[in-house]
Amino acid sequence: MTTSTAAPLSSGPSAVSRGGVILCVALIVLVVALLAGPRYGAILLIGLGFGLTLEGFRFGFTGPWRRMILERDASGLIAQFICIAIVAVAAFPLLAANGAELKGAHAPIGIAMIGGAFLFGAAMQIVLGCGSGTLVNAGSGNVIGAVALPFFAIGSFAGAYHLTWWTDLGSLPVLAMSGTRGLLITLAGLAALAVLALMFGTKGSHRLPARIWGAVLVLAVLAILHLVVAGQPWGVVYGLGLWVAKGVVAAGGDLSGSTFWAAPANAAQVEASLLTDVTSLTNLGLIGGAALMTWWRAGFFSALPRLPVRAWVAVVIAGLMLGYTSRLAFGCNIGAFFSGIGTGSLHGWVWFVAAFAGSWLGIRLRPMLGLEARR
Amino acid sequence: MTRGHVGLLLALGMLGLMALDFTQSRSLNPYTAPPMLALGSGLAATGGHCAAPPPK
Repeated sequence: MTTSTAAPLSSGPSAVSRGGVILCVALIVLVVALLAGPRYGAILLIGLGFGLTLEGFRFGFTGPWRRMILERDASGLIAQFICIAIVAVAAFPLLAANGAELKGAHAPIGIAMIGGAFLFGAAMQIVLGCGSGTLVNAGSGNVIGAVALPFFAIGSFAGAYHLTWWTDLGSLPVLAMSGTRGLLITLAGLAALAVLALMFGTKGSHRLPARIWGAVLVLAVLAILHLVVAGQPWGVVYGLGLWVAKGVVAAGGDLSGSTFWAAPANAAQVEASLLTDVTSLTNLGLIGGAALMTWWRAGFFSALPRLPVRAWVAVVIAGLMLGYTSRLAFGCNIGAFFSGIGTGSLHGWVWFVAAFAGSWLGIRLRPMLGLEARR
Repeated sequence: MTRGHVGLLLALGMLGLMALDFTQSRSLNPYTAPPMLALGSGLAATGGHCAAPPPK
């Protein structure tokens, strides 16, 4: 028999606490399903799955791009391409056979779209969080994500408010690939990008850890489920702007001056409950899922970083930029890159190139803004 | 401060958002809600999405 006076290491919440929290979450989903309808309960559940997956497997979009640019580690980027390819294999036939019930993330390529994607790429590297990443970071108690999030939402509202002015600067019609031919071109394009990443990546970049494979598969299944349940691919940014639009109206503001917010569908959504808005529900699920995973791992006890004032100013400005530019770019990493390419939109490919170039700039800016040691 | 404090503040913010939404929005009616799956529902997808082309 051995005795020890040392306190046991913390292994997170007790089994009873965990069971209680799972029950509470299940009750919340059930209440949403009962109040708003089963589809909305299911969408919240899928959103929770996204949050649990991204935080649980520590999978994201910004970090792998950063590692590719700084360390030539292509593994995360290749994992993203594989995930999009799996989604595309399911989404293309679904969209081809059910075009009236399901829609893709199809948007026009334009001057503001390209510029928006470039600036989004820069801003996401400054706060180290894209659309989903900022929500997950905020949910996990990351103070930079939490500070950036409300400004992301304000920027998204403002970008949507001005959207038609920006698109009038010049844009092509919506160009989207469909059917078997479209799918094959998409898969070939993703394979070509993966080969390119491997060529520029370090040796061993092709080996994906089991954790990443898990994330890729679960994320792809959830994204396909999202399309089947919601009738549209996963998106983030619309919901954030909607939250601010609701606040503006509650404060007595008038949205009739905006072509976007005064459009019948959007005006109706501003009047309707957030529990019937697809992207709001997945966003709330992302935050909740990330928080749940952090709590499960006892990760809420970490101390916050000390940053200079200029870093906080940069986070606020980058948050605004994330929101505003993602509206001009017709999506963030999720709505444009992941769902756009996954459902055949050519704007997703252009978005990726522009945002990747912007990421290079953002990585260079980050140390200058006091967010890390200068490189 | 710890991450827990940030999480708590965020949770309060989300609760505030839901409270604002509850007081400002039309009442929910689950009996007019769409079927659980859009696929096979026979209804057009109508949800807002960031990639949706701008209104004319």
